[in-house]
Amino acid sequence: MNIVVPVKLVPDLVEELTIDASGAALDTMWLRLIINELDDHAIEQAILLKERYGGQVTVLAPDSEGVDDMLFTASARGADQLVKLVGNFEGGVNNHALGRALAAYVKDLKPDLILTGVQAHNDLDGSIGALLAEYLQMPYVGYVSGVNLETDKAVVRKEYPGGLIAELEVALPAVLGIQAAEQPPRYVAISKVRQAMKTATIEEHEVAELDLLGGAVVSRMFQPEAAEKATMLSGDPDAVAEQLIGIFKELGVL
Amino acid sequence: MKTTEMQENVFSREKIYASLFELENGERIRTCLQCGSCSGICPFGYLMEFPPSLIIAALRADMYEEVINTESVWMCVSCYACTQICPSQIPVTAALMTHTKEELLLAGKVPTELQSALENSQRYGNPMGESPRKRADWAASIENPKVNIMGMIRRPVDVLWFVGDYPSYHPRVQLATKALAKVLNALGVDFGILGPEENSDGDTQRLAGERGLFEMLAEKNGKVFRKYKFNRIITTDPHAFNALKNEYPKLGIDYPVQHYTQFLAERLDDIKPLLTHEVKARVAYHDPCYLGRANGVYEPPRTLLQAIPGLELVEMSHNHTNSLCCGGGGGGMWLDGFQWEKAHTRLSEWRVGEAVKAGAEILAVACPYEPPRFEDAAKTVKEASHLAVYEIAELLAKSMGL
Repeated sequence: MNIVVPVKLVPDLVEELTIDASGAALDTMWLRLIINELDDHAIEQAILLKERYGGQVTVLAPDSEGVDDMLFTASARGADQLVKLVGNFEGGVNNHALGRALAAYVKDLKPDLILTGVQAHNDLDGSIGALLAEYLQMPYVGYVSGVNLETDKAVVRKEYPGGLIAELEVALPAVLGIQAAEQPPRYVAISKVRQAMKTATIEEHEVAELDLLGGAVVSRMFQPEAAEKATMLSGDPDAVAEQLIGIFKELGVL
Repeated sequence: MKTTEMQENVFSREKIYASLFELENGERIRTCLQCGSCSGICPFGYLMEFPPSLIIAALRADMYEEVINTESVWMCVSCYACTQICPSQIPVTAALMTHTKEELLLAGKVPTELQSALENSQRYGNPMGESPRKRADWAASIENPKVNIMGMIRRPVDVLWFVGDYPSYHPRVQLATKALAKVLNALGVDFGILGPEENSDGDTQRLAGERGLFEMLAEKNGKVFRKYKFNRIITTDPHAFNALKNEYPKLGIDYPVQHYTQFLAERLDDIKPLLTHEVKARVAYHDPCYLGRANGVYEPPRTLLQAIPGLELVEMSHNHTNSLCCGGGGGGMWLDGFQWEKAHTRLSEWRVGEAVKAGAEILAVACPYEPPRFEDAAKTVKEASHLAVYEIAELLAKSMGL
């Protein structure tokens, strides 16, 4: 079983986000990046499948600050092959462009299964899994929280709103958008990550040109604005009560 | 099966012995009498399938893998009670228990709560996952003079204050941190803090089995220490004190270090005239494991308390070398849910009960794990509902009218 897991790093919300001078993007000065949480679950699910059925897990990610550490951690957890897509990824890239870049590379890996996080908090133009499936002409199931494999198909558990869960059969190869791995992403001791840094290698794959067509263009980015402020009543309790009755009458509740 | 053979190999007696014997006095494990004192004095020994003496017995019988297959050792709060009582002077806490946690961690058997504290420590330099940029935010309200942040003042200081994780971020503990800053200012101490450049001391992560993480954090702190000039380090946290005094030097990071109670007790003559307000209360002092048993510092905190006018110091039934852990050590701080499930009681609840029995109105502490732990415990132990919990720095500030 050849499993490919495309993942990406997203802004870490532990730091307050600020908007840059253009007014249409995040200020990257203090930005820290962290693996998209659901991508982390996709890696875990891939390793669980490898442990259960055997096979090979390839984790790949577009280049960004901290991506090497993230990939080495994936290796320490059990990933076999690490790939970094290198190109003009600075400041992020839309999912259409990323999907096309991934598809071109992933096709040659001849995967049986592609697992990726079902969404990321900075997705503006749809989830990467569905786009990737389209470009690769593979079936796609999103919001998956459990996977079992049979000869040429996968039986997946898909979560629906309202607590409904469906079991679906998908022909392989397929793309799955992972909502949750069957167990929380495992912990690996730092000593093992450090070991992986010495022994594992990250393959670099050059992406010559990114085709941004289809992505959303941000015209303005801003902090939430209060639409209407609350009215503060002041004065002694009698005066406040008087005003309150006036307001109630005006609104027709009295 | 192949995997079983491999695992047997990993946990073979010879292999574990070899790892243990590398540690300081580790070979003393051979001299175990199987008297069981360690298991008896362990505050959670009665809940462990393998308390310390049984781990040694299992090891001798080449059955260490069975120990690894239980979660026993996560009840260990690294309080040094076992080490203190062992007639063969076996480093039970530092070697046996900590190494067993390391083996569990390497085998990927980590309770979820602990896992997130370790991941946060790695990523953000503090176990709570707070923003590293906000590490010095507590200091904003301190005036006359303002708290020096080393990266900003660019000059040497006399004292580098290693503030620590909970003193920097925990809302309750911040009150004690501010009190200590005011006391240092009142004494005219020239001090600075590292602020956003400070990382967790890593000692509790080490005692929770994450040695690699400890080394990573120590290296980061060591690198920052080297950037600045200072004469000595003081710590708010006994765990940081323990790390800087006993563990960092092994990694080549060697500075004179004191717990703040030691530093202040040496300046008692300067402090006494400032203690102008009475604190009329019976006060019990809780010896933190890493100040007391692990490092033999018992008197400086008591000296400071006794200098406060109106204050009457009383002792609880467990005191000095026999002190009882608050439950936060060795990863206990990050295993509250796990330990509650196993024990349905908390060591902190036991401890506040002792304070009340000793007639105390205030429980004085000298470790940042304790104000939140004991205050929470006092809320759930009926007879302790009127017990107040203060860091020694807070009582000094109170008496100084700060």
